[in-house]
Amino acid sequence: MHDSPLTVLKNNLWYQNPIFIQILGICSTLAVTNNVKNTLIMTVGVMFVTGLSNLTVSLLKELIPFKVRMIVQTLIIATYVIIVDMILKAYFPAASKVLGPYVGLIITNCIIMGRAEAFALSNPVILSLWDGLTSGFGYMIVLVVIAIVRELFGFGTFLDLPVPGFYQMEKWTIMAMPASAFFLLGAMIWIIRGKFIREDKS
Amino acid sequence: MEAIAPNINPWVLLFASIFTSNILLSNFLGMCSFIAISKDQKSSMGLGMAVTVVLVITVALSWLVRNYILAPFNIEYLGYIVYIGLIAAVVQMLEMLIDRLSPSLYMALGIFLPLITVNCAILGAVLFMVLRSYSLLQSITFALGSGLGWWLAIVLLAAMQKRISKVRLGPGLAGPAITLFLIGFMALAFTGFTAMIPVA
Repeated sequence: MHDSPLTVLKNNLWYQNPIFIQILGICSTLAVTNNVKNTLIMTVGVMFVTGLSNLTVSLLKELIPFKVRMIVQTLIIATYVIIVDMILKAYFPAASKVLGPYVGLIITNCIIMGRAEAFALSNPVILSLWDGLTSGFGYMIVLVVIAIVRELFGFGTFLDLPVPGFYQMEKWTIMAMPASAFFLLGAMIWIIRGKFIREDKS
Repeated sequence: MEAIAPNINPWVLLFASIFTSNILLSNFLGMCSFIAISKDQKSSMGLGMAVTVVLVITVALSWLVRNYILAPFNIEYLGYIVYIGLIAAVVQMLEMLIDRLSPSLYMALGIFLPLITVNCAILGAVLFMVLRSYSLLQSITFALGSGLGWWLAIVLLAAMQKRISKVRLGPGLAGPAITLFLIGFMALAFTGFTAMIPVA
């Protein structure tokens, strides 16, 4: 019995959100959240890789020997990340320079491996693609919210355009520093887990 | 935070990668296993040690592979696949080697080694090394410093977690949220080191 596409969507966006419920995959992207544009580029890349690697793993699930599945999944993921990297280098060279090693680090993003392992190995192909895309989207929403706050208070801009009112006021240097990403993510998890989603298990 | 010059003194680099540009606190790498493991002081010691060992070996090997295989044959675009394969292979070999040579060390490190393949800090250090085109000596000190920095951060966090576990926290705050706040405070404290090294 497989979940319906709607259930998958709801789970990935809210009830099982990769970031604030599962705390997966924050490594590679939290670092670029002081800028909305870079965050968008990174998270779209993650969404692309999660979707397509889920699709591929699901297609090959009968063929992959169980014992070496981790390595096979890693190689599939690495292949898609190389594609993302090449697309970025060709069409968005400036962004590719800023993002630097973080694009390559999508390979070790736990969400991608997690979805391949937990969903794609036991679900039909199209549903796996849908699951990958939606969990990538759930991931994107959270990080973009963090990025909007950091960019607005840290630099007074949104998508690199000055925002009236925020641009003139004194900048919050802490928002541009790494520590603020930890605080904001912690606060977001606190609010969402405390107010909206109560966990039943411990 | 990305401004380490390529021709920086290896010893300064060692110090910088432990304190001022800590791979975890300023580059956010290796967070997944960090949050999961940091509840227990003993395992965080083990994991920190394992990460340091694997970092030094893989970064040195990736340097050799990159400069003697990938660059001459002009196949640098295959980098990601080669590095991740190399990391997996090194971890696997290290696991077998430690198991054979020192069962007691295997007991201490063994369970952490598989976790390390997907630890972003390892691949991250390799990619930083490539991007900043370090020399071999610089790469090794950078890897050692990053490993020690990660180790220091996880042990400190485990110690803080131990204190905080006695406190009753409201709904939602217990667990990952408070852990992230603790990491945030630690990151803030570590920015105090920034002034010590002019280049980083």
